Amino acid sequence: MVPLNYYLVLSAVIFAIGVTGVIIRRNIIVILMSIELMLNAVNLTFIAFSRSLGSMDGQVIVFFVMTVAAAEAVVGLAIIISVFRHRQTLDPREMQLLKW
Amino acid sequence: MTSPMILFLILAGLSIVFSLLVVFQRNVVYSAMALVATLFLIAVLFLTLEAAMVGILQILVYAGAIMVLFLFVIMLLNPGLLEGRSIAWWILGSLAAVLLLFVLVPFLSDSGRLLPGQAPAGGSFGSPESLAQSLFTDFVLPFEIASVLLLVAIVGAVVLAKREV
Repeated sequence: MVPLNYYLVLSAVIFAIGVTGVIIRRNIIVILMSIELMLNAVNLTFIAFSRSLGSMDGQVIVFFVMTVAAAEAVVGLAIIISVFRHRQTLDPREMQLLKW
Repeated sequence: MTSPMILFLILAGLSIVFSLLVVFQRNVVYSAMALVATLFLIAVLFLTLEAAMVGILQILVYAGAIMVLFLFVIMLLNPGLLEGRSIAWWILGSLAAVLLLFVLVPFLSDSGRLLPGQAPAGGSFGSPESLAQSLFTDFVLPFEIASVLLLVAIVGAVVLAKREV
């Protein structure tokens, strides 16, 4: 049997890779994909704990996380399309009208 | 080494490689394909944790619906050129990841002492029945709220992405 720690460390590594993606990439679609990566790392933690504690609650929460992730991706991509139509760019560092 | 351990190590290595590809691949379409592969591998990891229903949902919803949406938007916008690299942000991002790992990994690899061992799971653990049992009794209010959230997301996406009339 694989110990719980291995799953936790794996999900921490994937989460850190997602954080790196959000910081270094300059394409807003890839930034959204890195956020999906982080959500999946957290889902893996939930499922691992659910298996370890023998409770279904973790899996139900993963179900809700998937719902919220789908809603977030849909609205995020719609915003990206509408911003691209106005500014012809996908670089988030160009989107600074509200920056002080 | 037992065979579940070997399977886990293969899956873990592959999913780390593919998630690195998501981040360090300069072509957006290749990033999306690497993300699809990562999501599949994580779904298989769910299956090894006896979460069959959630694993299948992961493949259907994430690797199916959401990634098709991403690819659709990538093809629609077609930004063409590869993005440039800036060294300062690369250093900052890698530093953030390394610091995060330094904080998380010692704590997580220690936590086995705090928790009970792997509980013996029954035959129906992770099946659609047990998931639905939990979803429609203890979590019925969040379930209804999630349906409202999806409706709001649908309407919002249509309003945001439609052309001005």
